[in-house]
Amino acid sequence: MLGRTLREVSAALKQGQITPTELCQKCLSLIKKTKFLNAYITVSEEVALKQAEESEKRYKKGHSLGDLDGIPIAVKDNFSTSGIETTCASNMLKGYVPPYNATVVQKLLDQGAVLMGKTNLDEFAMGSGSTDGVFGPVKNPWSYSKQYREKTKHKAHGENEDSNWLITGGSSGGSAAAVATFTCFAALGSDTGGSTRNPAAHCGVVGFKPSYGLVSRHGLIPLVNSMDVPGILTRCVDDAAIVLGMLAGHDPKDSTTVQDPVKPFTLTSLTDVSKLCIGIPKEYITPELSSEVQSLWSKAANLFESEGAKVIEVSLPHTSYSIVCYHVLCTSEVASNMARFDGLEYGHRCDIDVSTEAMYAATRREGFNDVVRGRILSGNFFLLKENYENYFIKAQKVRRLIANDFVNVFNSGVDVLLTPTTLSEAVPYQEFIKEDNRTRSAQDDIFTQAVNMAGLPAVSVPMALSNQGLPVGLQFIGRAFHDQQLLTVAKWFEKQVQFPVTQLQELMDDCSSVFEIEKLAAVSLKQ
Amino acid sequence: MWARAVRFGLRSWVAWRRGFTSKADPQGNGRVSAQVIEHLERLALVDFGSQEAVARLEKAIAFADRLRAVDTGGVEPMESVLEDRCLYLRSDNVVEGNCAEELLQNAHRVVEEYFVAPPGNISLPEQDEQEPFSYN
Repeated sequence: MLGRTLREVSAALKQGQITPTELCQKCLSLIKKTKFLNAYITVSEEVALKQAEESEKRYKKGHSLGDLDGIPIAVKDNFSTSGIETTCASNMLKGYVPPYNATVVQKLLDQGAVLMGKTNLDEFAMGSGSTDGVFGPVKNPWSYSKQYREKTKHKAHGENEDSNWLITGGSSGGSAAAVATFTCFAALGSDTGGSTRNPAAHCGVVGFKPSYGLVSRHGLIPLVNSMDVPGILTRCVDDAAIVLGMLAGHDPKDSTTVQDPVKPFTLTSLTDVSKLCIGIPKEYITPELSSEVQSLWSKAANLFESEGAKVIEVSLPHTSYSIVCYHVLCTSEVASNMARFDGLEYGHRCDIDVSTEAMYAATRREGFNDVVRGRILSGNFFLLKENYENYFIKAQKVRRLIANDFVNVFNSGVDVLLTPTTLSEAVPYQEFIKEDNRTRSAQDDIFTQAVNMAGLPAVSVPMALSNQGLPVGLQFIGRAFHDQQLLTVAKWFEKQVQFPVTQLQELMDDCSSVFEIEKLAAVSLKQ
Repeated sequence: MWARAVRFGLRSWVAWRRGFTSKADPQGNGRVSAQVIEHLERLALVDFGSQEAVARLEKAIAFADRLRAVDTGGVEPMESVLEDRCLYLRSDNVVEGNCAEELLQNAHRVVEEYFVAPPGNISLPEQDEQEPFSYN
């Protein structure tokens, strides 16, 4: 049942093959079984069961609210949820219980979705590994797949078998792991520089970033106001489209949402791609790109071509500067957005009472980790009077050049761009932490963050397993507000490569056996 | 009254900073001078805390300097990708509110319907004035 698509489960619920409460219980027990992955910060068991009960009443009366009624979902812990602790994986907000729901959360709840819990992330969504939160790192469920363990067995004999576990990617790693392990059907992430697509690629699920302005950011604790977007993680493209249909649309509480009318849509199944033009940006072929990912990328391009699509090489000339530009703009906006955390009205507050300034300084020292503090300080540097023109304004100009690159490419007849999502498959945690957060983000976001700067929709679709048995995803980028077209192409591709269901189900069997055999180990792994 | 933990932290922090400025040249270690560091700490109300953090800032600045190579002559800065549209404005009517109790629940120090803050208009002490041994 858990391996089915949203539509199938929704139909099963309507027909009474399974009840929302049974579905909820199954997911809750799976969450308990996969606790060692640390994907969830808060599991809202009571709330979930209550919501499932209400959904069941609606189904009995024949008044279901729609395709999402009774469906378990998870939400990244930087979305405000009324009555449920929202921490952003930071000491600054530990114990903070918002008095309101984020608009996207409210929309999902209005549709009858059942909230399983809040998922783990990098602190304040800053990072590309989901390793820097105060609740500890998230482990990639693929670390426990039979195939991967077989390949790394020779390295681990004698040592603790778990020392080679892989990162999920970030910053929405908890959401990606939650979806990959069947504990929910869809999860909300946030995407500022690739934070939804990166972990989706590493965990073998679909990660969708809508166009900027399509989905409301009200209630999403902001990182970069001009680039943040709520992201959707699901096990198949069709499910992502269903969730998008529920979430898209103007929100009076977020004035950066566009006012164009939005109707829920059903994705058509493309049978003929001959009218499609796929662009391959040549600047995305970098030496750091792993040969496996590169060959899968070529394979995908050839697949489109063999089915009649036009596949052409395009140029995004300012690609090499996009990561630098992102770095300046991101830290500058962060410096501004983090200023609200002063301990007075919510969040952590230190014990110092000498003066407000001293209290603010100590609260912020105690509440933020090094990564957040580093970004705040860098951002303030770039915003200093003497630096404003040379760094901040300059970066804004470069942003326009980057956005124009995309506009030019799409104007030349390209419908969709095809690129890798990540440089390689998921790496072991021990290797990931050898470099600091900023360096890693600069390396890992390389294919994903230009999309945020231009505000375009993009989706990462899992394609195949690498030689080590780990998932690799490819990214499709579409024109602004052409999300439906983008998802249609992604759905066609997904059908051709046949990744999701079979591989994930085998993974879950492997994870379950790990849990059974290593129950003691799981207890000792809890931090 | 300084909390003990902060006193210890301050002591080592001030000692580090004193060492730093006495050894560094006027330009600072690399690109960031001591004055800029202090200025940033006041503006951000977040401290560096260690030499590594300063080194990280310098690396970040060096990274950002790569932007100089881009020719942006005649290019307007882009603030938002939706610059061609107008922001939506709601009509000026009260539709929600009256939730003072809910909002006050999240604060640590509250008296009746007020958030309690320590006295304001006292700037952080200058670096030279910070003498940890004079506090009780």
